[in-house]
Amino acid sequence: MTNENLIQYLYGIADNSLILGQRLGELCGHGPTLETDIALTNISLDLFGQVRSYFQYLAELSKDDLTEDDLAFLRKEREYKNVLLVEQPNTDFAYIIVRQYFFDVFHFMLLEKLQDSKNVNLQAIAKKSIKEVAYHQRFSGDWLLRLGDGTEESKQKAQQAVNDLWVFTDELFHVTKDDEAVIKAGHGVDVRLLEDDYYTKITNQLKQATLEVPETKYFQKGGKQGIHSEHMGYILADMQFMQRAYPDMKW
Amino acid sequence: MNKNWPLWEVFVRSKNGLEHRHFGSLRAADAEMALNNARDVYTRRSEGVSIWVVESKNIKASNPEHNGELFEPAADKAYRHPTFYNLPDDIEHM
Repeated sequence: MTNENLIQYLYGIADNSLILGQRLGELCGHGPTLETDIALTNISLDLFGQVRSYFQYLAELSKDDLTEDDLAFLRKEREYKNVLLVEQPNTDFAYIIVRQYFFDVFHFMLLEKLQDSKNVNLQAIAKKSIKEVAYHQRFSGDWLLRLGDGTEESKQKAQQAVNDLWVFTDELFHVTKDDEAVIKAGHGVDVRLLEDDYYTKITNQLKQATLEVPETKYFQKGGKQGIHSEHMGYILADMQFMQRAYPDMKW
Repeated sequence: MNKNWPLWEVFVRSKNGLEHRHFGSLRAADAEMALNNARDVYTRRSEGVSIWVVESKNIKASNPEHNGELFEPAADKAYRHPTFYNLPDDIEHM
């Protein structure tokens, strides 16, 4: 495992939380109710906190004199390694919840295994983050049941979100060449081994929510290779504006 | 039809050993959601170790119009406080 392998592996984990955190942050002041507004932005802040831990570690690993802010705000689109799922827009509350649930279940399984990593930094970050993610999963899972098994309208919207976002779930289990090296060294988690449990879990939850499980075998991919959907440029424009307009600006 | 979720009162215990205190109110569809919402709205800066929620309609409150008969008679009865005893010098922490 080279230093560069580990750096790319870390981006693969941290960028998911960064971009999803940014998406949820867009809801600040725009949540459907005061209570869900605060809940979703709390989740966003949890994710940003986790991202900082990864990026501080990444900054240590990088040969150039980079800071966590450089990593978050000054990379180009192709250098972000998040999956396509997390960059999907806040179309409506059902999309927000389904996107969150599809990610949270994966995130929790990943952190569970990452606690046993040979890498002490990753171990520590996973141990600290997993309690936060356990709550995220409880929040989104609970809302999924309410929407699916709620009114006719909420059910229809939840089903639409499930159908549209399902195609982004498979990418969570893709492994890049960098990942492969890090897994081999015992520092990373082989996400391929989590796939069966993941689909069993979300299928059960969808059934309990009286929603149909999509049968499509066609899945979208690309984010992990840095090839993003059309939404990504807008997210970065928003996120990077301050650092681009006022380089080296500090709060 | 009232489209609002029911109102709930939130009680939080800030430390073990202390009592639950009223922190505020919020809206939620049921008790489970009220607990989650209370956690997110009232304990995000580590204010608590335990939460109670109760639907506001279940609280019977005294009527402010009755304040005269309920509370004013106690105002001139200072002797109901145990402040008129001479304490022996040896008793500490009173």
